[in-house]
Amino acid sequence: MAIFLNKDSKVIVQGMTGATGMKHTKLMLADGTNIVGGVNPRKAGTTVDVDGTEIPVFGTVAEAIEKTGANVSVLFVPPAFSKAAVVEAIDAEIPLAVVITEGIAVHDSAAFWAYAKSKGNKTRIIGPNCPGLITPGQSNAGIIPGDITKPGRIGLVSKSGTLTYQMMYELRDIGFSSAVGIGGDPIIGTTHIDALAAFEADPDTDLIVMIGEIGGDAEERAADFIKANVTKPVVGYVAGFTAPEGKTMGHAGAIVSGSSGTAAAKKEALEAAGVKVGKTPTETAKLAREILAG
Amino acid sequence: MDLFEYQARDLFAKHGVPVLAGEVIDTPEGARAATERLGGKSVVKAQVKVGGRGKAGGVKLAATPDEAVARATDILGMDIKGHTVHKVMIAETAPEILEEYYVSYLLDRTNRTFLAMASVQGGMDIEEVAEKTPEALAKVPVDAVEGVSIEKAREIVAQAKFPAEVAEKVAEVMVTLWDTFIAEDALLVEVNPLAKVASGDILALDGKVSLDENADFRQPEHAALEDKDAADPLEAAAKAKNLNYVKLEGEVGIIGNGAGLVMSTLDVVAYAGEAHGGVKPANFLDIGGGASAQVMANGLEIILGDPDVKSVFVNVFGGITACDEVANGIVQALQLLADKGEEVTKPLVVRLDGNNAELGRKILSDANHPLVQRVDTMDGAADKAAELAAAK
Repeated sequence: MAIFLNKDSKVIVQGMTGATGMKHTKLMLADGTNIVGGVNPRKAGTTVDVDGTEIPVFGTVAEAIEKTGANVSVLFVPPAFSKAAVVEAIDAEIPLAVVITEGIAVHDSAAFWAYAKSKGNKTRIIGPNCPGLITPGQSNAGIIPGDITKPGRIGLVSKSGTLTYQMMYELRDIGFSSAVGIGGDPIIGTTHIDALAAFEADPDTDLIVMIGEIGGDAEERAADFIKANVTKPVVGYVAGFTAPEGKTMGHAGAIVSGSSGTAAAKKEALEAAGVKVGKTPTETAKLAREILAG
Repeated sequence: MDLFEYQARDLFAKHGVPVLAGEVIDTPEGARAATERLGGKSVVKAQVKVGGRGKAGGVKLAATPDEAVARATDILGMDIKGHTVHKVMIAETAPEILEEYYVSYLLDRTNRTFLAMASVQGGMDIEEVAEKTPEALAKVPVDAVEGVSIEKAREIVAQAKFPAEVAEKVAEVMVTLWDTFIAEDALLVEVNPLAKVASGDILALDGKVSLDENADFRQPEHAALEDKDAADPLEAAAKAKNLNYVKLEGEVGIIGNGAGLVMSTLDVVAYAGEAHGGVKPANFLDIGGGASAQVMANGLEIILGDPDVKSVFVNVFGGITACDEVANGIVQALQLLADKGEEVTKPLVVRLDGNNAELGRKILSDANHPLVQRVDTMDGAADKAAELAAAK
């Protein structure tokens, strides 16, 4: 099982032929990902040799789906062209589009999200500005290092890439069913709640670790969702207690404005929903261990 | 990026939102010519990026050019809630105001769309209106693809219950304000107050605009709107080197990779600092994914140049970033500073995990620099860095 991504996923890469796209296509292949093609209209019909694997390049996402049965697209398209690339993926009705690109204008993200909605949300969007997702031992769609940990029974959802890696490392001996980096932008496709719902329904996940950060109210809404819908134990971590008001902390979405979006409010909401919240990533991992040990 | 009122006014004017004439000056004498150009009287308005300037005495009427100079003298240099006034806007005096309204467009993160807000109770703090009389503030979702046509604008105006005699004029403003929001890649455009004046006209008398820096690639004119006076010198130096840096008040310099991990590092250092006399993180610095040795060296140079910093904590989990690159960057930066004749006296605590961590740790051990120590857990390293800062 696992969520959103498994060994049967057929993955294409939009922006594969660029430097970043090539680098991570190699890494994803090395992690066992079934990469069936790349998309680049200017190089359609050619193939690219990636460490000895010949990968065909298609002109459009629709063509790639038609020829290969692809059901996941990972996007490494530069910010200025990302909106068009995501819209293309939506038009082709690919079930999952993972947008790694950092620095997409919010008006573009809002536009492709509105477009996805108007098309009936047939495409699940993860990101933008995210590390993607990994189902260890099966498939890796994005830039999460595949060698941190092994398959296991913890589900992880996080706004932050490096905190995802840190948490996987802390709990590497236990292993993960899937780890999903949803991204730190103000507008993202897949939310904490979407991932929580999927992990709750996943028979291979016993415990969920949820990592949030300052800005917006996604964690508060996730807390409400957990209270009403999640029966599995959830352990939480929130970054940004020391962030001052009005300063963006790296992620475009990580900003405290007035009294809204503070880490303290998020921690409080999660704890009120029965989530154990750690003060540091290491302490959070310890809480998860204690729960799993019964 | 939040704009000053005069910059917002200029953008409104550019997209057809009705505004009064005005120009910005930074010396009292400039107020004279500006006021003369407005026919001899003006409003002198402090330009600060904070609310409540009227109550603080930052907005004054001037009946003559001489009076404008006097008022500008009073206001320039004034401190308003910690913001020093460097510029004033000399604005045309408004005709008699009959009513004050509020209108805005903003990003609605929760619903992943845009939101129009409008109220006939303008002029005051809109958060107060939202709290005390929420029914007086209409909130209308706007589809990012469909946008705001005149029909949609009429719907917004109707929901906010604008009086019939101004409804059409306000709807027209809502369309031009939407044009501003879209054309400028804004995160917020707000007019408060939007005034009905004696002539029956509708005028935007004050406004706020916040722009999305991610859109700079298609907004070449936005670079000129940046307030270079206000930037902290270290923040400016970091920006020039393309580093994501925020200056904070504390003693432990922080360098890490990835926004989330760096935010978390600040927290962990603050917790550890509680046991060491309350030392705090001195900054946020994210060297990003795949950082090279050069980027690491640039970051370290900024941090070591901060006189508030007493110790430095380098916290890296190598995902894309390779820890050997980070280690090389630290060694190179220290060498670089030594070559420049700058003596480094601040101790560095380094924690490396993930991609090529063993290699990175070995590079540090081999370099055996007297100021650098390795601690291989995040919490342990934070504690060490806090302890060293407290000891200085």
